[in-house]
Amino acid sequence: MTHTGLEFAGFESADTVSARLASVGYISTASISTAVYLAHHLRKPILIEGPAGVGKTDLARSLAQSMEFPLLRMQCYEGLDESKALYEWKYGKQLLYTQILKEKIHHLIGDADGLDESFKKLAGFQDLFFSREFLEPRPLLKAMEQAGGSVLLIDEIDKSDEEFEALLLEVLSDYQVTVPEIGTIEAIVPPLVILTSNNTRELGDALKRRCLHLHIDFPNADLEARIVRSRVPDISERLLAQLVAFIQLVRDENIRKLPSISETIDWAKTLLLLHADSLDPVMVRNTLNVILKRQTDIAEVNSQVDQLVRKVLTEQAESA
Amino acid sequence: MERTLTNYIRALRTAGAGVSTTEAIDAARALELVGYQDRGLLKMSLAAVLAKSQEEEVLHDRLFDLYFSYAETKPPRQTQSEGEDQEDSDSASDGSDPDSEGQESNGQPSNGQKQPGSGQGGGSGQDKTGEAGEDAPLDLLELAQSGDATRMAMAMAQAGARADVDQIRFATQVPYFVRRMLEELGAEKLDKQLMAALDERTEEGTARAEALIEARSTLMRNARAYVEARFEVFGRSASEAFMNEVMMDRSLGALTKSDMERMKPIIAKMAKKLAAKHARRRKVRNRGQLDLRRTLRANAGNDGVPFEVIWKTKRKDKPKIVTICDVSGSVARYVRFLLLVLYALREKVTDLETFCFSSHLVDVNHDLESLPFDAAMDKILREVGNGSTDYGRAFTDLSRQYDSTIDKRTTVLILGDGRNNNGDPAMGIFQDIAAKAKRVIWLCPEHPASWGSGDSALLQYKPFCSSLTHCSTVADLEHALDDVLLAYG
Repeated sequence: MTHTGLEFAGFESADTVSARLASVGYISTASISTAVYLAHHLRKPILIEGPAGVGKTDLARSLAQSMEFPLLRMQCYEGLDESKALYEWKYGKQLLYTQILKEKIHHLIGDADGLDESFKKLAGFQDLFFSREFLEPRPLLKAMEQAGGSVLLIDEIDKSDEEFEALLLEVLSDYQVTVPEIGTIEAIVPPLVILTSNNTRELGDALKRRCLHLHIDFPNADLEARIVRSRVPDISERLLAQLVAFIQLVRDENIRKLPSISETIDWAKTLLLLHADSLDPVMVRNTLNVILKRQTDIAEVNSQVDQLVRKVLTEQAESA
Repeated sequence: MERTLTNYIRALRTAGAGVSTTEAIDAARALELVGYQDRGLLKMSLAAVLAKSQEEEVLHDRLFDLYFSYAETKPPRQTQSEGEDQEDSDSASDGSDPDSEGQESNGQPSNGQKQPGSGQGGGSGQDKTGEAGEDAPLDLLELAQSGDATRMAMAMAQAGARADVDQIRFATQVPYFVRRMLEELGAEKLDKQLMAALDERTEEGTARAEALIEARSTLMRNARAYVEARFEVFGRSASEAFMNEVMMDRSLGALTKSDMERMKPIIAKMAKKLAAKHARRRKVRNRGQLDLRRTLRANAGNDGVPFEVIWKTKRKDKPKIVTICDVSGSVARYVRFLLLVLYALREKVTDLETFCFSSHLVDVNHDLESLPFDAAMDKILREVGNGSTDYGRAFTDLSRQYDSTIDKRTTVLILGDGRNNNGDPAMGIFQDIAAKAKRVIWLCPEHPASWGSGDSALLQYKPFCSSLTHCSTVADLEHALDDVLLAYG
């Protein structure tokens, strides 16, 4: 496996996936790499579940980047339907087309005499009204049309309606889209499909069965430190170790919305901006709102900041 | 398909994970891709293909370790070379059997493996073909004395397959299967030898008998270990599922402390089921009513020609539940379960207010939301639970202090036995509450036969309740909550 090669030749092993992802700054775990490796070879979509902010969406983005494929993203929401996900007709152009047809019609069939003759002639013309020219591809169809392969991200599938899941099945298992007026459009190259879910509702069995399942949880301290280091390279090792240890402790507290990796990264950036080189209780208090998003959670942790910071500092001193 | 894999899938199914045939095929393809050599990789690959939820992943993790810890981890050598990624791997696994050559190492005729439907659970007769030939009668004494762990494991696996140990469901079946295994091993002959040696009544005979007894107990130990390991894989979850089913119908009042712990996952599962069942759209299309404003706007680009029509929608009510729980002695146990379910339903029922009372009404929302559930319950029972029950006072408090919590979207859920210590039932106030709320549902843990007996005012309240049901088991609770949520369908 040569990383210098521009052409993406395929993933040879799970380790290749990790290396590829690492080259674009995504620190992968063994289970993530395995799932991607299998998805690539078995041609199956991956359904990623896990708390918000652990890098589900980012995985798709990084994969696209590392494979140098275009990323097609579809954000799901309640009420999403086929005209926004699969395709839509370009109504305006269709209208113009009929108007043009009206104007030009006598040129085309002008020399025909009689109604029958005219009709025959008209039937001879290609039916353009429902044709590819007037088809506006939406993300799913667009992904089918990418000749060089693509990564299709279907984000927060749990936010969509159940009916929409059914709509996805054809795309996910056969990599094709059926347009009644035209026929079935098959993918030139099957895209690598990634679905993400925050588990706000139970997904249908049919959908789950078509996907590989991957659960991404909060990372352990070691992994989290590596992730933050790759995203905020300027941070000092001392501060990095402290803030990761602090976040890990906070996740054990009795709070509603646990801070995730994206919050850790934001916090690291914040502390860097404040020129911190070590945690101190006052600064932690002032920046708690970066890692905690609920007032009750902030109040809960605020009362224990001193204790937590002290714990982090003594643990670090001991291990040093 | 690999027999090891099909058996593993069967174990997963027994444990309650739904593994479809497609998934089984995917698992075989994944296995081809990664091979047996890296155990960690294999485990993760199978997890990705076979487990479809976090719970199934936990199940898979546990079973994988149990299942592949036994002798069967030995890889058929050929499979390793297939670990390379081959472009034609798809076609290989579609119809033909890629593993038939891999089976030869087991010394079995491969015809038994070729059934196309082997992904559907292996069935019972999986092993009958290969074993019939028994190369040579096993010399059990020699085997037991040799201390050769591999040979012992092989013998156990073969005898186990013949004795159908994988059919084990309950821990109580262990002795039976151990005996069956010994029979299959041919222990009978050993016993005869033993008797003969004892009958000799010579020193040499006694020595031989001792060796034979020793050998027999070695075999017995190994057989037992084998059966117990298989029980962990195939039986434990089945018997647990059975126990859980029993628990669903046990009276909550009769549960012991250890039962309580067992109930928690059951209740979590039930809550999930309820939430999934009622997770319908909140918006319903009002067919036939055109939303003119939005249609015009959406089609402005099409010269006002309405290609895209937009219908009016209406939103359905979100469930709003006000729970009033009697936490005096007799009912307190039931309250714990009701609240456990309700708070497990939190993501479905966002609008939930809970009040507890014995002598007066207390708003316990804050406790339940800020403390871990058990701590919250203990606190509530300690602070609210020790008064004489006064339903009239509770309803009066509700309408005076928390009047605004009840509106026409609200379901009032009351859990109590209606035993009012002969106090004033405050019927007028209860009537007002019932008129204001969407529905009033009363759950009573007492058997209907004793409703209204003694100091119970239940029958007086009954006419104003939308429903009054007997509720003493988890199944009852599930039914009642299903009913509550259905009204918001």
